[in-house]
Amino acid sequence: MNQGFRAGALPGLSLTLGVTVTYLGLIVLLPLAALLWRAAGLSVAEFLAAVGSPRALATYRLTAFSALLAVTFNGIVGLLLAWVLARYDFPGRRLLDALVDIPFALPTAVAGVALTAATSANGLFGPALQGLGWQVAHAQPGIVLAMAFTSLPFVVRSVQPVIEDLDLDAEEAGRVLGATDLQVVARVILPVIAPSLLAGMTLAFARCLGEFGAIIFIAGNRPFETEITALLIYIRLEEYDYAAATAIAVTVLVAAFLVMLAANGVQAWQQRWLGRNHR
Amino acid sequence: MNRRNPPGAAGWVLIALAVIVTVLLLGAPLLVIFQQGLAKGWGAWWRVVSSGETAQAVGLTLLTMAVVVPLSGLYGLAAAWAVTKFRWAGKKWLVSLIELPYSISPIVAGVACLTLYGSSGAVGAWLLDHDIQIMFAAPGIILATLFVVSPFVAREVMPLMHLQGSDDEEAALTLGAGGLRTFVAVTLPNVKWALLYGLILCAARALGEFGAVSVVSGHIRGQTNTLPLYIDLLYHDYDNSGAFAVASLLTLLALVALVLKLLVERRAHGGFPR
Repeated sequence: MNQGFRAGALPGLSLTLGVTVTYLGLIVLLPLAALLWRAAGLSVAEFLAAVGSPRALATYRLTAFSALLAVTFNGIVGLLLAWVLARYDFPGRRLLDALVDIPFALPTAVAGVALTAATSANGLFGPALQGLGWQVAHAQPGIVLAMAFTSLPFVVRSVQPVIEDLDLDAEEAGRVLGATDLQVVARVILPVIAPSLLAGMTLAFARCLGEFGAIIFIAGNRPFETEITALLIYIRLEEYDYAAATAIAVTVLVAAFLVMLAANGVQAWQQRWLGRNHR
Repeated sequence: MNRRNPPGAAGWVLIALAVIVTVLLLGAPLLVIFQQGLAKGWGAWWRVVSSGETAQAVGLTLLTMAVVVPLSGLYGLAAAWAVTKFRWAGKKWLVSLIELPYSISPIVAGVACLTLYGSSGAVGAWLLDHDIQIMFAAPGIILATLFVVSPFVAREVMPLMHLQGSDDEEAALTLGAGGLRTFVAVTLPNVKWALLYGLILCAARALGEFGAVSVVSGHIRGQTNTLPLYIDLLYHDYDNSGAFAVASLLTLLALVALVLKLLVERRAHGGFPR
């Protein structure tokens, strides 16, 4: 790119930078600053009481554990989908590819009511699930299902391009040297796609931690059992307990930052990794 | 280059598995929405969809989109221009801040807006004194949605603008075009598909945003309900067929957005199929 010493030739830096910073400040940073300011105004005891109450702790455990299960599921299913879409030519491939984007397009509240209706006792899968003895709607598996649904595309879309770019010669070489299919997958393919898989799973995890709309319909929302953190914030607001809502919201904000920091770390590692593999 | 091969036996097994999972996990919910929405027949569906309260929710949703989509587009273009056409210190920080809302839970975004504009916030108290209603009214819903979708256009336009560099613009300027004319005649056509793609993502999210909006809307029936909030309200009133009738309407709109996105996607990503 010719952005070096000639960059000064283009006009509009002060205008566009001014618009960007003003807009970003007003729309995003000012509300966040207000949130942090309000939280900073709480006494330490107040903050800890809100953030560390047994009910809040139960929501963190539930949210994080469910997100972990959902992301594990998506790691497997997302890899399968990405592989099939990237590697094979078959009728309906483009339709399948389009279907993967449904969770991105479908409003979360709609996804929530639909998943609940599909898995409740008189729903589409209700009888089958009951036959298996699985309670999904209004129980923790429902939370995992809603999280898995909303975050699946993150994994697929992060792994798919990497599989498309795989070096087929390396696989060929492995086979010529007598490796079995499984050995090729384990030794040649997985090491290359692992970083992108991990990056996609981290993004999915962050999304799961913050998800609200899809989950509250299916969760059952019983305190200490099926209440997620985002809902507890909402409930505290409805109780006009703004201090507690603010404190928990800031906690969620910080947790999200830590996850994204980890994601950036993984991505940087992925870049280096790919750089090494691509000469 | 087409590197996809006809599948072998193992390939077909994997394809079958992928199709089964997709149909069960992603396809079935879609089916359920329409099945439940039409459970009481087309007449009942139409009565819900054409009711005054639905019309109010559709109106507020469209108003939100009408404000949010163009503003986010202008912001995205400005941000992309400032970040990709110039070299200056601190650029990386700005990009991180632009992308910040991606990692923030919609509920937290809503609470942040509420703390700023709510009656107990600094700005909120001033607004109250001047009799300006932002929270629990359309402006609050619009502000919360602006927050959530703010990175969408920038995220799509920035990589493309960066890739294209500044040669075209410099040529136009050398030939005597002004800054604005260069932008409109040269830059905009170069990034139009990525811009359109970002705007579609914006519109789809503005259409369906629930968490952030539900914190700031106040859920005033017939006044501050967007379509997703109205579904929530009907659902909790045990009006199942009503909730799903509205949900099916919203789903149709979301599917339109999805189809548009697919049509634009290939061009937006530099002409190469993904």
